Amino acid sequence: MDRSTDIELRLLIEAIYLKYSYDFRDYSGASVKRRVAHALRQFDCKTISALQERVLHDPTAFMQLLQFLTIPVSEMFRDPSHFLAIRQEVVPLLKTYPSIKIWIAGCSTGEEVYSMAILLREEGLLERTIIYATDINPNSLEKAKQGIFSLESVRAYTHNYQQAGGTQSFADYYTAAYDYAIFDKTLRENVTFADHSLATDSVFSETQLISCRNVLIYFNKKLQDRAFGLFHESLCHRGFLVLGSKETLDFSAYSKQFEPLVKQERIYRKS
Amino acid sequence: MNEAAASPASVSGVQAIVVGASAGGVEALLSIFAALAPGFSLPIIAVLHLPDERRSQLAEVFDRRLHIPVVEARDKEMIQPGTLYFAGPGYHLSVEHDRSLSLSQEDRVHHSRPAIDFLFESAADAYGPNLLAILLTGANQDGGRGLAQVKQLGGITVVQDPLEARVDVMPKAALALHTPDYILTLSRIGDLLASLESSPC
Repeated sequence: MDRSTDIELRLLIEAIYLKYSYDFRDYSGASVKRRVAHALRQFDCKTISALQERVLHDPTAFMQLLQFLTIPVSEMFRDPSHFLAIRQEVVPLLKTYPSIKIWIAGCSTGEEVYSMAILLREEGLLERTIIYATDINPNSLEKAKQGIFSLESVRAYTHNYQQAGGTQSFADYYTAAYDYAIFDKTLRENVTFADHSLATDSVFSETQLISCRNVLIYFNKKLQDRAFGLFHESLCHRGFLVLGSKETLDFSAYSKQFEPLVKQERIYRKS
Repeated sequence: MNEAAASPASVSGVQAIVVGASAGGVEALLSIFAALAPGFSLPIIAVLHLPDERRSQLAEVFDRRLHIPVVEARDKEMIQPGTLYFAGPGYHLSVEHDRSLSLSQEDRVHHSRPAIDFLFESAADAYGPNLLAILLTGANQDGGRGLAQVKQLGGITVVQDPLEARVDVMPKAALALHTPDYILTLSRIGDLLASLESSPC
């Protein structure tokens, strides 16, 4: 791609922001560029300008493009040792709160939400917990609300669950129907799914724990700092922040305002 | 393609080096980096295809064997001169325009994540003509497209001589896509890298 492509890309991102208020301007450039290039092929558009014209005049086309711009790669109990560390190091402290609010930011299609709900149920905390599960992609949120996952992927999740210190049989949490696993809807009784953007929205509640995993890698440093600022504001005194296995506060302006609880597992506490 | 094997004595203006390797890659990488002296001034960013395990010992192993610092690439880290960065398992590694590193989890490319293509293409965007890209031994097609992009944006491309490569699929696939500036043996690639140290950038 040449320089004109970079200009077109900036214009597209700006147009999306002006028209639809979705703000990708401070996303990491290399990945956005690849995803737009991928979308071009799917939309059968020759140039980004042509794609821009389409999405500006057709909200349905924008919703399709949004599916390319967001990355719904997730799994339940991803990085099992992370969930084991939450169980062992964080849960005992969470138990000291009479009621608990948890924010799962960038929850995508819900895998992180169900993982957390299952862990909390096994620790006897789910009934006194409210989980806010937020994402910018309404299609992902809709899938998350349904809690239906392919049986094939659930087989991999089962392995993760066991490694993560699960105390039951994972099959207790879902009903198999054809090729799908329908998750127990009581797991999401206290879950509020909501549209929220870390790029444009503000804090909506005080929380004891925030989980934001494999979301921040798609942001540039400036937007990461905005997100860390929101998390810092939302978390109660000594609240917990948990990140993805390759995400770190080390390069952030907020690195001093959190301290690692289990550094290897990216579990931090507000200082 | 014989002209591609010409002496690389004229290489200059390089500000960063990217390297991709797959099957047989550990030995190949150790071989080309062995001659680098402490204080080597250029950053090197490498993707070696690995089994998808969460933690990799690659950086530690290379750090013990080489004279330059070796680390696993971290998201949003600014690229430092004289450091060898390895992509960790399970994430793509890219170079941003501000010459920082970023990770992502887009779909696999040629069954690989990290993908050599993604590193090469993004580094080409960031460094343009000041990039040197090297593709080594491997059993799949990753890297060829990225190498072509490096060339198109004015960077210098090197493919390991397929006759010497432990597995020649990857070098051959790259050669089918574009003609690199040089086709070299590992020992000549090592000489080329060592010679860059003294050239102004």
